[in-house]
Amino acid sequence: MSKATETEPSAATSPTAPKAELGPTMLGSQILVECLEREGVDVIFAYPGGASMEIHQALTKSKKIRVYLPRHEQGGVFAAEGYARATGRAGVCMATSGPGATNLVSGLADAYMDSVPIVAITGQVPQAMIGKGAFQETDFFGLTLPVVKHSYLVTDLNELPRIVKEAFYIAQTGRPGPVVIDVPKNIQQQRTQPVYPGALSLRGYCPDRRAEDLALHEIVGLIEKAERPMLYCGGGIISSGASGELRRFVEATQIPIATTIMGCGAFPETHPLSLKWLGMHGTAYANWAVAQADLLLAFGVRFDDRVTGKVDKFCEHGTIVHIDLDPSEINKNRKVHLPIVSDIRYALGRLNQMLIERPLEKRFTAWHQQVAEWKAKAPLRYQVTEEVLKSQHVRDHMGGDARQVVLPQEAVAMLYELTQGEAIITTGVGQHQMWAGQFYNYKYPRQLLTSAGLGAMGYGYPAALGAKVACPDRQVVDIDGDGSFLMNVQELATAHIEGIAAKAMILNNQHLGMVVQWEDRFYQGNRGHTYLGDPENMRQIYPDFVAIAKAFNVPCERVIYRKDLRAAMQRMLDSDQPYVLDIITPYTEHVLPFIPAGRTVNDMIWQ
Amino acid sequence: MRHTISVLVENKFGVLTRVAGLFSGRGFNIDSLNVAPTQDATVSRMTIVTRGDDATVDQIVKQLEKLVDTIKVHDFREGESVDRELVLIKVGVDSQTRAEVMQITDIFRAKIIDVQPKSLTIEATGDEGKVDKFIELMRAFGILELTRTGRIALPRA
Repeated sequence: MSKATETEPSAATSPTAPKAELGPTMLGSQILVECLEREGVDVIFAYPGGASMEIHQALTKSKKIRVYLPRHEQGGVFAAEGYARATGRAGVCMATSGPGATNLVSGLADAYMDSVPIVAITGQVPQAMIGKGAFQETDFFGLTLPVVKHSYLVTDLNELPRIVKEAFYIAQTGRPGPVVIDVPKNIQQQRTQPVYPGALSLRGYCPDRRAEDLALHEIVGLIEKAERPMLYCGGGIISSGASGELRRFVEATQIPIATTIMGCGAFPETHPLSLKWLGMHGTAYANWAVAQADLLLAFGVRFDDRVTGKVDKFCEHGTIVHIDLDPSEINKNRKVHLPIVSDIRYALGRLNQMLIERPLEKRFTAWHQQVAEWKAKAPLRYQVTEEVLKSQHVRDHMGGDARQVVLPQEAVAMLYELTQGEAIITTGVGQHQMWAGQFYNYKYPRQLLTSAGLGAMGYGYPAALGAKVACPDRQVVDIDGDGSFLMNVQELATAHIEGIAAKAMILNNQHLGMVVQWEDRFYQGNRGHTYLGDPENMRQIYPDFVAIAKAFNVPCERVIYRKDLRAAMQRMLDSDQPYVLDIITPYTEHVLPFIPAGRTVNDMIWQ
Repeated sequence: MRHTISVLVENKFGVLTRVAGLFSGRGFNIDSLNVAPTQDATVSRMTIVTRGDDATVDQIVKQLEKLVDTIKVHDFREGESVDRELVLIKVGVDSQTRAEVMQITDIFRAKIIDVQPKSLTIEATGDEGKVDKFIELMRAFGILELTRTGRIALPRA
């Protein structure tokens, strides 16, 4: 094992505002709001309660910050994530102590897994009450330790300006992540003259790491020696803003590229060298290509088990180069031949310069031909099968007219067509999420916002709200499942009241489709509480999303027949309001390709 | 394999929990852990003794380094550090055994720090082997209570 190479990390000091500044005397809550404004916060998703209402009072006076009121704290934190994933800037959410705070935990865990910059502010009971089992008291600092990049319990109002500045700096630099600031109510109510710090001094934090040229030259040498090189790129490309550099690198080297689902859009999937994404439900050709590669360039990835399957068999015979900003990712899941700790944007930029100075001779023609053969052999596809025709769905809901059945994949493909591939897509978790990845081609970074690592159902619609708030001029569509959508269905109220025109397209198969798929494959189809409809009345679609949406004053259409789909989808896209399209699909469809957990590409089910 | 990991951290509340959480969250046990401020009151040194294969310990060290409040981590290899442990032992004695206990204490260059009619409290320092040996010898006389610091260590260079 060679040691990871890196240059000395630079000191963790803020590049701007070297001088501290004394402000006028204010309440703690007002100081907090002033600090947020100074960080450039324009949007906060916040649900009030006893321990945070002081801050809400201060927020009503802010001219710079727009407060969005979610209808559940989990909706708030997922919306903040949607905002952050769509922009790269920290998403900010706030909740009160106790249950308000605990409702944020799934979102924090999600942001931690997918490296999303979040600043979560929570009210806390007054300091004198901490540890007394006070009303709505939880140790939120302790509770969130394993799922935050960093956290603070404010114990002295005079430290608040520094803490807020540090929190934003830590959340947004290096490998991004969630930061919690827990603020006891008495701190919010105290008065002081705040000192806004100029520069920060975080001696234990080195977010900027850059590869040495020596290591990067070695990569160029490895590419020159390779016959079957592959790129495996992930969310790190998007976090570091390296998509431009990646594209130049791919075009200079002609190396085919597969991304992770976190990396979707890091490289345009419409490009001839793109193999879309790899892993458990990735394209067969990407999985074959990585398995056969003699050189794997793993950039901004973490060798997640859903990507690698049996990890020691992953690209078993290839030389693996791993570049990541986070040293703890090096050799964590997979031992590699050349590990490099670096910001990937810097590394790709240097590699591109090296390739300009010394262009590659190789064109990898034979390898491209092989990849093209695989692409032709196993494209992503779908068809109405015998199983669909004979399904309960066709009998119960289609009046036996099987020709009119809408396959979920087809709905996603149609959305791609009707949006010209320009929409921002969010998802829940499950089959629909995989199809959203497979049948929509992502051209830009920050275009697919999905709970990838944590796999948090209920993520899709609130995340779409956050993305739409961040990008009001973009079409934002949540491709969701009936199970996932129901988990945060209350956010329809946020959408309507706040006027956020995010769309939801539900692929409603009345089941927990992904678990059903595993049941079918590994449990002889025995249903373990995976039917979400009404067992007493299976003909009825349950719940009635049209009626639910109506109660929230959100327009909603249900589509059962294929002939109605295109026009209905167009109406959804044309609407300037939030909108729900409830598309009824068969539950018999399986997501393919499928590499069962812990197995290898040899076990891939792809036809 | 046993490792001695020395961690310089910000002397702030919650840091110990963060560090301990890295171990417990991964199902690893800490054999011993010592923490106290250094010559710089804003910095504490933790000395952690743990077991694990090289890959495990490598990952622990990197996770420790990743904490914002961690300033420096050192995984000491054999011979790179000097280390000591301190133990306080209260041994039950009577007129017949007192002299023998005092004699062994002398041999180990340990110190008697409290004398009671039926017990002696002894302070012994040394490397882990010496402390273990001393405890072993005292066992014969009847150890009433015992506390040890766990290993503390400093790099030689």
